[in-house]
Amino acid sequence: MSKNDDVIVVEGLTKVFNHSLTAVDHISFSVKQGEIFGFLGPNGAGKTTTINMLITIMKPTEGKAEILGGDIAKQSMDVRSAIGVVPQEYTADEDLTGYENILLCADLYGIPRSVSKKRAMDLLKLVELTAFKDKRVQTYSGGMRRRLELACGLINRPKVLFLDEPTLGLDVQTRTATWNYVKMLKKEFGMTLFLTTHYLEEADALCDRIAIIDHGKIVVIGSPTELKDSLGGDIITLSIQKEQEDITNLISKVEHVKEVKKENGSYIVKSSNGELTAPLIIEAIRRNGHVVTKLSLTKPTLNEVYMQYTGRSMRDAEESPGTVMAQRMAMRRAHA
Amino acid sequence: MSKDAETQVSKSRFHGLWALTHRELKKWYQQPFILIMGVIQPILWLALLGKAMNLSAMIPSGIPGVSSDAIMMQTFGTTDYFSFMAMGMVAFTTVFTTAFTGMSVVWDKRLGFMNKVLSTPVSRSAIILAKVLSASVRAIFQAGIVAAIAFALGLVTGSNFAWWSIFGVFAIVFLISVGLSSLFTALTLRSTRMEMPQAIFQLITLPLMFASSAYFPINKMPDWLQAIASVNPISYTIDAVRRLMIFSDGFGPLPLDFAFVGAFAVIVTIICVVLSWRYLNK
Repeated sequence: MSKNDDVIVVEGLTKVFNHSLTAVDHISFSVKQGEIFGFLGPNGAGKTTTINMLITIMKPTEGKAEILGGDIAKQSMDVRSAIGVVPQEYTADEDLTGYENILLCADLYGIPRSVSKKRAMDLLKLVELTAFKDKRVQTYSGGMRRRLELACGLINRPKVLFLDEPTLGLDVQTRTATWNYVKMLKKEFGMTLFLTTHYLEEADALCDRIAIIDHGKIVVIGSPTELKDSLGGDIITLSIQKEQEDITNLISKVEHVKEVKKENGSYIVKSSNGELTAPLIIEAIRRNGHVVTKLSLTKPTLNEVYMQYTGRSMRDAEESPGTVMAQRMAMRRAHA
Repeated sequence: MSKDAETQVSKSRFHGLWALTHRELKKWYQQPFILIMGVIQPILWLALLGKAMNLSAMIPSGIPGVSSDAIMMQTFGTTDYFSFMAMGMVAFTTVFTTAFTGMSVVWDKRLGFMNKVLSTPVSRSAIILAKVLSASVRAIFQAGIVAAIAFALGLVTGSNFAWWSIFGVFAIVFLISVGLSSLFTALTLRSTRMEMPQAIFQLITLPLMFASSAYFPINKMPDWLQAIASVNPISYTIDAVRRLMIFSDGFGPLPLDFAFVGAFAVIVTIICVVLSWRYLNK
């Protein structure tokens, strides 16, 4: 079913709650070895449900998935041994210290104490919690807890790490630090990372590839650059001194230019590489005796990508509180 | 991080059992306050209720042909009501202690800890059995405290009593605790609300307590209550404890007591583990 370098292979994965609420709707994708793969979508799109199925704590209604060649339903123990999970909520035991929590995680993976003690210290150092290791988790701040969760998720040296909304509710500083950890894991250890997020800039900054998920369906998969390019590339807007003259033809001959429009006296140029194109355009215009008076370069963001594929902006897609609540209730009833 | 990932990891199905049991017990013994509260409560029960209800004093003396000792002996199997009740408390303290397992399952779910455990290679049965085992260890400790206090307050042992009786008491207390904590866990397995285990506790405790021989002998109860009490595993536990400690008429039905409570423990635990495979999911 899978090629050798595909670490996660998902086919037609579906979760229906209460026979009525389809949270995840026949999604298929695969994640390559050493890749940071992101699920981007608004709250209630089905991201956490997908991750819960992949980490084998929720049974799919339909479809299947393999992680490192192990079926999530049939070989769940093997899958659990090989993966690490950093859940959305804080899961550490508040009554224990940070160090004790990591050791407990190690015990749950069956790692002997002779190994886990050293490993726990290394991880505490990695997430900069060494000074707080003997303090109870109760006394930790949000950022410290998040880092402790990360350390716990790494204790079994997973080949695949799942992060559910890793920076939800964190301040900008801690968020950037978390991003750096994630990048480091990929770079230093060749780890494969699967993360969910509803922050566009997070998906853009971190992920090698993104799947945009909306109403339980994947609408598009690609690298951030590919997705943005699919919109037609960067947009250069410029004006020249002699407004009455038309230089559309001149601009369209410049390298990388895909489309030129003249609107209200200024030219709107689409280019696959704005930084390269802009100086070339200026050069070409000047060579023809014109003077550029204004120029701006806009790069498309994932928000535009999101709008392109779902027909609304990410903020609008964050469902109204009522809808989210109704959905949560339905999910709760399904397993309460 | 996968550079030296070839560390020997335990493949045993129960490698998480000790870790999770230890976690529960650690949280318990690291809280001296909870330990002390757990000791004070039975002292109050025994000292206030057990000593206040001095039943033998109610039987008038000096009436020819009436001996309060004989009446007490005939009704309670001992001349001392305090001893009768104290041994009932030894058995019944397990209900209070094990009821918290249900609470702690829901608690772990609410705090997210359960989600983490579920995503690690620990079997569902190990998660459940850790709750059951830690509750049983706590119950044995509690029962031991109650017994010690009873001795201190003047427990009158019967001729059945021998030094090994204590171990018999611990054994039956262990069995009933395994059964009860499995029961409480099974009932709260799917719940994510704190109200649920509390409601269950209140619903179950009262009939368990009064439809048992904790305060009053079963054979003096009305028939319908006798019928309930005769299937109540607590009654068998209490009977076993009294037989080992304060009765003087031989061990008689002691094997039956152990068989009944043992069967209860095994059956409920199996049911609980099977349910956990099905329902202990996100």
